Amino acid sequence: MPLLAQQSDVFAPAAPFLFYALAALTVLSAWSIVFSQSIVRMSVYLLMTLGGAAGFYFMLSAEFLGAIQLIVYVGGTLILIIFGIMLTSKNPFMQLRPATWEVFVGVFLGAVIAGGLILSVAKTAIDVSRAPVPTDYTRIQTIGHALLTKYLVPFEVAGVLLLVVMIGAAFLARKRAVSGRS
Amino acid sequence: MYENPVFNIGLTHFLIVSALLAAAGVATILTKRNAIGILIGVELVLNAAAINLVAFNRYAWSQKIDGQMFAIFIVVLAAAEAAVALAIFLNYYNIFSSIDVEKWDELRG
Repeated sequence: MPLLAQQSDVFAPAAPFLFYALAALTVLSAWSIVFSQSIVRMSVYLLMTLGGAAGFYFMLSAEFLGAIQLIVYVGGTLILIIFGIMLTSKNPFMQLRPATWEVFVGVFLGAVIAGGLILSVAKTAIDVSRAPVPTDYTRIQTIGHALLTKYLVPFEVAGVLLLVVMIGAAFLARKRAVSGRS
Repeated sequence: MYENPVFNIGLTHFLIVSALLAAAGVATILTKRNAIGILIGVELVLNAAAINLVAFNRYAWSQKIDGQMFAIFIVVLAAAEAAVALAIFLNYYNIFSSIDVEKWDELRG
């Protein structure tokens, strides 16, 4: 019995195809960010990576999180990044290229991290429980109930944090007398 | 067909994807000269951690939703952190007239 298709056997043959398609989209977009030269292209690749991650959340039966990812991360944080790009680019086709040896060092360190993580995962026999996913797994009621009982303190702290961030970011980015350096 | 571990999608597959994403994020942080590129790398690392959490939640502890809740808070905190980071970058851009981190060579008191 394939693990990922416990809930719905109708889609069981599609699970590997869907996983590898999403994995290709996500990982290739993420590594395209590393080798991309233009900041706007990096934003588009980040959009595809975030969309792929949302697809993974839908595959892993976390539909609410997938919807939150698309609404908040793609529709909020990515738009914020694009606003930042618009406000800080003097030349739309400007390319800041790092030195070639810097790229090699960065990619090498990334490969070391990936190799270490993958080796540790592949060599560890992770005990995966065979318990099926309950039918009310991602019902909004379950998540809402948890937010107000078990996760009440993080919920309230996140609210205060968002208020502080709003005030702080608005204050930091306020308009003031321009003091440019020559 | 599903006895072949390549086609039997298990926890390990998602962890490998998360590891590759984290590596891409670290490589982005290390190689970009544009400050917003570094911020994009940080977002990649956060997404890799969230995928890791949700995968463990689904496979190893499927009766609970704690991994999803953690990932929801990761999304919230990433948005807040991106806002503050961009406000700081705007200040640096106004002072140094460049978004290139190699030109940001002075701390202003």
